Amino acid sequence: MPEMALSDLKVLDLTHGISGPYCTKLLGDYGADVIKIERPGSGDYARQIGPFPKDVPHPEKSGTFLHLNTNKRSVTLDLSTESGRDVALKLARRADIVVESFRPGVMADFGLDYPILNGENSALVVTSISNFGQTGPYRDWRASELIFYGMGGELYSTGLADREPIKMGADVGLYQAGSVAAFATLSASFSAREAGQGEHIDISIMETQAGSIDRRMSMLLAYQYNGELSGRSADGPNGLGGYPSGVYPCADGYFQITSGTRYFPRIVKMLGEPEELLDPKWHTPEAQSDPELEAEFDAFFYPWLMARTKYQIWEAARSANVLSGPLNTMEDIANDQVFQSRGAFSNVDHPEAGDFAYPGRPFIMEHSPWSIRRPAPRLGEHTDEALSESGYTADDISRFREKRVV
Amino acid sequence: MTGHRNDTTSKTDARKLPLSGIRVLDMTVVWAGPYCTTLLADMGAEIIRVESIQTMGAATRGPFARPSQFFIDSMPPFVGAMPGREAGKRPWNRHPLFNAHARNKKSMTVDLLRPEGLDIFKRMVAISDVLVENNPTETMEKLGISYKELREINPRFIMLRMPAYGNEGPYQNHRSLGVHIEGVIGHTLMRGYADMDPSSNTNVYMADAAAGVGGAMAVATALNYRRRSGKGQLVELSQAENALPYLGGAFMDYSMNNRNASTLGNRHPTAIQGVYPCAQDDTWVAVTIFDERDWELFCQAIGNPVWMSDARFANHASRRANHDALDAMITEWSRSQGHRHAMEILQSHGVAAGAVLDQKDASEDPQYTARAMFEEAFQEDLGTYSYPRAPFKMSRSPVKIDRGPVRLGEDNEYVYKTLLKLSDADYDRLVESGHIGMDYAPHVK
Repeated sequence: MPEMALSDLKVLDLTHGISGPYCTKLLGDYGADVIKIERPGSGDYARQIGPFPKDVPHPEKSGTFLHLNTNKRSVTLDLSTESGRDVALKLARRADIVVESFRPGVMADFGLDYPILNGENSALVVTSISNFGQTGPYRDWRASELIFYGMGGELYSTGLADREPIKMGADVGLYQAGSVAAFATLSASFSAREAGQGEHIDISIMETQAGSIDRRMSMLLAYQYNGELSGRSADGPNGLGGYPSGVYPCADGYFQITSGTRYFPRIVKMLGEPEELLDPKWHTPEAQSDPELEAEFDAFFYPWLMARTKYQIWEAARSANVLSGPLNTMEDIANDQVFQSRGAFSNVDHPEAGDFAYPGRPFIMEHSPWSIRRPAPRLGEHTDEALSESGYTADDISRFREKRVV
Repeated sequence: MTGHRNDTTSKTDARKLPLSGIRVLDMTVVWAGPYCTTLLADMGAEIIRVESIQTMGAATRGPFARPSQFFIDSMPPFVGAMPGREAGKRPWNRHPLFNAHARNKKSMTVDLLRPEGLDIFKRMVAISDVLVENNPTETMEKLGISYKELREINPRFIMLRMPAYGNEGPYQNHRSLGVHIEGVIGHTLMRGYADMDPSSNTNVYMADAAAGVGGAMAVATALNYRRRSGKGQLVELSQAENALPYLGGAFMDYSMNNRNASTLGNRHPTAIQGVYPCAQDDTWVAVTIFDERDWELFCQAIGNPVWMSDARFANHASRRANHDALDAMITEWSRSQGHRHAMEILQSHGVAAGAVLDQKDASEDPQYTARAMFEEAFQEDLGTYSYPRAPFKMSRSPVKIDRGPVRLGEDNEYVYKTLLKLSDADYDRLVESGHIGMDYAPHVK
C-alpha cells in the first residue's frame, strides 16, 4: 500500500519566488520527489526575502523560502552552460513533471523549451508559470502582485469610492496562481500516464485572477449580461446588501459580520431578541435600505459590541448562525487552542535557521497524509546525491564543480 | 483512471480531458465549493449538482427564488445583474453570482429530507467516484449522510468535505463566508488603507478562491492515491487552514520574531509601489519600481523631469524613506496620462506597470483577446454570452466551455433514466412527489 498520495511522481523544479515554489511544495508535501534546481552562488531569490530570525538576513534563514520549499532537494546548476543543460535534460528524462517560472523565452534560450523536453521524454508534463502567459502582446511585460490584482483581479472594486483602489494583503494572489498550477499539473499527469503523452501547461498569473471566484468572474459576467460596472463602495464595507455588514469595533479589536436581507432575523437572535428589534418596522422588504433605520440600529448595536470581546461575539454569533468572524492577528491564530489541537501548524527544525512553527496541511487525508519529511534544503545540499542517482560519477561531479556548472 | 464513462460528454476528438470518466456528486454552496467543482469540470470530470426544488440555499442560485423587482434592483451587479435586471421565468438560472462558476456542470434535483430521496442519493453514490460538499458540518449529519456508510456502498468512493474551520471541535458549525475566514486567519488586518481603521476594509473573498483551488487539488490527490491503492478516502479541507499558507511570510514572521503583520496599504516591503490616479475619472495605474535599474528606466519613461534629481530621491533607500513625497510627484505625472497609455509607456521602457482594469476594460483587453480569456456559451434562460474560461491553458487536453451555466434540474432525465435506469412511470411519480423538477416549489421564497 503506498503511504503517500503522490509518492509515485518525480518533479524537476525550475521555479523561484512564490507561485512556482508553492506549486511544487503542494506536490512535494503530499509525497512527490521534488528536485529543485537553483542558480549556483545565489540560488532562488526567495532566499533574500524576509522574514529572517531577529531580522538578520541570511540565505538559509528566509522564512518565505523555508515555508515554500519543504520536502524538496536542492541541486545547484548553471542552466546557461552546455553541461548544465545536459544535466537538466538527464534529470528531465527521469521526471514525470517539470515546472518552470522563467520569463517566457528563457527556457528556449537554455535549449530547454517544451519541444526539446518533449523530444527527450514524451510523457513529460511541463508547466510554465509566467506573468501574462507564453503568448499575447503582454508576454514579455513585467509585473508584481499588485499589478496582477490590478489587471487580472478586482483591484478596481476593492476599497472605498473616494479613495484609490486597495490591494489584498501580502502575496496572496501569487500563492493562488501556484495552487492553480499544482491542480492543472497533477491532473495533466493522469492523462500523460494513460496516453504515454504529456503536454505543456501555460499558467498566466493574470488569468488565474481573471478566472477567480473572488468576485472577478461574477463581476466580469455582470458586465457581459447587463453592461454594469462594479466599482468601489461609496459607504464602506459591502456585503449582500443591507445591515449590519462589515467590520465593527468591539472591546478588544474588530469583528466582521455579513447580514442584511433574509439574514437580519439571525442578528436579532444573536442580540437576544430585544423588544426594540422585534418591531415589525425592521422586517419589511424596504427596511434594509432605509438609512434612518440603519442609524437607529447602529445606535443600539455599537454599545452591544463594545461591551464584548471578539471571541465572545463569535460565540454569540455561532448560536444564531450569523455569518461572521473575528479579525485575528497572527498571534491570535497561532495561539488559538482549537487550531492548535487540530494540528493546523507544524514545527520544522532546520539545521541553520532553527525550529519554528510553520503553516500546516491545506487538507487532511485519511489514508495518505501530508507530511514534512525534510525541511527546506540548503543551497546545493543535494547536488551530489541527485546527480549520482542520475548516473553521474564522483569524477563527473567534481569536474562540474571545477567548471562552476554546479 | 477507472470510472464511469458518460455517453453524453464523450467527444469525437480522440484527445480526452484528464478527468474524463470521473463522476462527481456536487452538494456545494455559495462560492468555495462550487469553484472546486468548476475546476474539476474544466478538467473533464462529470459534475452532477445535487439540488432540491423544495429548499433553496440563500447565496448560491441567488438570494431568493422569486425576488421582487424592488429587490432585484437593489442587488449589487455581481449578484443581480441579470440581463435587463429582469427576473425572467426562472430567476435562479440567471444570476451572475452563480452563473460565473456553473459552466460544464449538470444538475439533478432530489429532496434529501425524505427517505426515498436519500435512497436515490445512495444509488448515485454507488455509480459515482467523488462527493464534494462545503456545508456547515451539521448539515450532512442532519441529512443522515456519513462517509462511513458511503464507503460501504462504494469502497472506491472519495468524499471531500470543506468546512470553514474543521469538522470537529467548537468551531465546526460557525457560519462563515470567505471574507470571515480571512479575518480569522489574519488576512483582513494585513490589507486595507494604512491610514485608516480596519473597519474601513471592504470585502474580498480570497479564501473562497483558495478553497476552491485547494479542493480541486485535494480531489486530484485522492484520485492519484486511489489509482495506486484501489481505495477511496475521506478528505477534510478546513478553509481556514487551507488559506493560511497563503500568508506564509507573515505567519513565519510571528513564529520567528513574535511580530504581527499590519497593512502596508498598496506598498511593497522593499520596492517603491503605488496605485496612481490617471487622467479620466476613476482610472488608475499600478506601478512597481523594484530597484535602482528600474528607477532609471522609470525616469526615462516619464521624460526625466527635474524633480528626479531632488536629493530625497537620490537612491532606493532615500526614495523609500520619502515615499509620500515621491508618490505626490508620480501623481503629477500620472494625472496627465490615460491609464492604458501610462501602462504602455512604462512597460515599453521595461517598468512593471498595469492599468487597473475595470470590467469593461478587461472585456476589451488585447491580452485577453489574444488568449481567448472569454468564451461564448448558450443557456436557454439567457441566450448567448461571453464567460471567463478556465484559469489554465493546456496544449493537448481540450479544455473549453462545452456547456453554459447549468439550469436547476436540467439533467434530471439523464440522471434518473439513463444513469439510474428508472422507468417512465417511476420518473413521473418522482415528478409528482416533488423530487424532480426545474422550478422551485411554490412555497420556496
